[in-house]
Amino acid sequence: MAAPHASLPNVGPNGSSNGGLQISYSGIEKRYGMRMALRGVSLEIEAGECVALVGHNGSGKTTLLKITALLARPSGGQISFSSGTSPLSTGDVKHRIGMVAHHTLVYDELTAEENLVFFAKLFDLPDPVARARQSLAPVGLARRADDLVRTFSRGMRQRLAIARALLASPQLLLFDEPAAGLDPEGQQWLGATLANLHAGGCTIVMSTHGRNETQGSVTRAIRLEGGEVTHDSGPKGDPYGVLAMAAVRETAEGDAR
Amino acid sequence: MSLAHSTATILAKELRTEFRSRELLGTTIVFVLIVIVLFSFTFDPTSSESRRFGPGLLWLSFLFAGSLMLQPSFLREQTNDTLAALRLAPIDPFSILAGKMAANFLFLLLVELILLPVFAVMYNTAILPVLPELVLVLALGTIGLATTGTVFSAVSAQARLRELLLPLLLLPVLAPVLIASTEATAAILRDPSELSRVWVTFLVAFDVIFLTATWLVGEYLLEE
Repeated sequence: MAAPHASLPNVGPNGSSNGGLQISYSGIEKRYGMRMALRGVSLEIEAGECVALVGHNGSGKTTLLKITALLARPSGGQISFSSGTSPLSTGDVKHRIGMVAHHTLVYDELTAEENLVFFAKLFDLPDPVARARQSLAPVGLARRADDLVRTFSRGMRQRLAIARALLASPQLLLFDEPAAGLDPEGQQWLGATLANLHAGGCTIVMSTHGRNETQGSVTRAIRLEGGEVTHDSGPKGDPYGVLAMAAVRETAEGDAR
Repeated sequence: MSLAHSTATILAKELRTEFRSRELLGTTIVFVLIVIVLFSFTFDPTSSESRRFGPGLLWLSFLFAGSLMLQPSFLREQTNDTLAALRLAPIDPFSILAGKMAANFLFLLLVELILLPVFAVMYNTAILPVLPELVLVLALGTIGLATTGTVFSAVSAQARLRELLLPLLLLPVLAPVLIASTEATAAILRDPSELSRVWVTFLVAFDVIFLTATWLVGEYLLEE
């Protein structure tokens, strides 16, 4: 299947131009039994930033994303969100977060449209069917709307996952290794989509490995090692130094193995 | 979004996926049919023998059906980590459990209603004159089975050896429901027939207590 046109309008039906969320992490710790996944992570992420979390497997990237998505509770420390100057409650935040995870988070036994209608209903969006159809077109799945997801390729599933994450026009988008499993064409499409969302003002936090097309919009890079922040380019710094260093280390570790 | 609305949305999704594949219903009906037939070979199916053993064997069959049918309830959500997608939605976490409980209740009740005539024939038992009372007891017992089964399916889905864990957790907890349902069914099939207020009240109390407890701790049950 041909990739949808790269110069997309905002992928969400209403775009993501409501401004991004600010996130404040204060001494976040996460323990899984005896293992410490995060050790006192403190960060301030400003609205509209596109942050890349880098680090090798087990460094705590996914755990930090899960805590940000409110899927996991920190064992210690606090996370808070605000939009503009207003702090947000957990209930408010859930309406404003979209997530693309390792897995696709969609049902194989439902069609692409049924999946999006189901999630649109859970988000209490008006006219879920129209919203689902609007969301499928920009990700190039309009013609496969009535096909079961289990018949989709990896790239198509990833596009549907992105459409699901964008359904409610989130102000914060979390991506856990979004380029994993995508071919170069799919990565290029994803890179264009991220650029588009970032231009719309959405805050983006993604974990990423190596160098790939999705890093074009990154404005800040944070390296995690053993659950601690070891490098942070900061909101105004050059993220590519941290990304390049992470890529070099990953290559060296790969060669050593 | 209201609890009722999100529960209904999740219930509709569960029904749609199951009736599309019919994997669980088909397998469970065949399995319980075999169990009922095999049990019928173990004793002389005269009316008096059937009244003695029939209700216990019937509910044991339904318990087997439950442990088979309830296992995939949350395991299915692990395929693409769709449970995370449900938890990301701005809904009451209890509605995820409630939607699945309602779906499991309907699936189990459907299996039971299909197998009831087979039971009546194989065990030489007249069920038509007492059908309303029997359906009431079936419904109450099945609510208990579906509620506890769904909760333990959620708990065991995240554990190692999950396939073994569900029956191990479920059977001891369901013992009171099994006893009450069997006694209530036996009283209905007895001559003269009687709807045992004691056992029916016990079943109602079990269902209310377990549902309330699930509502109170539902959020924690779904966490990693």
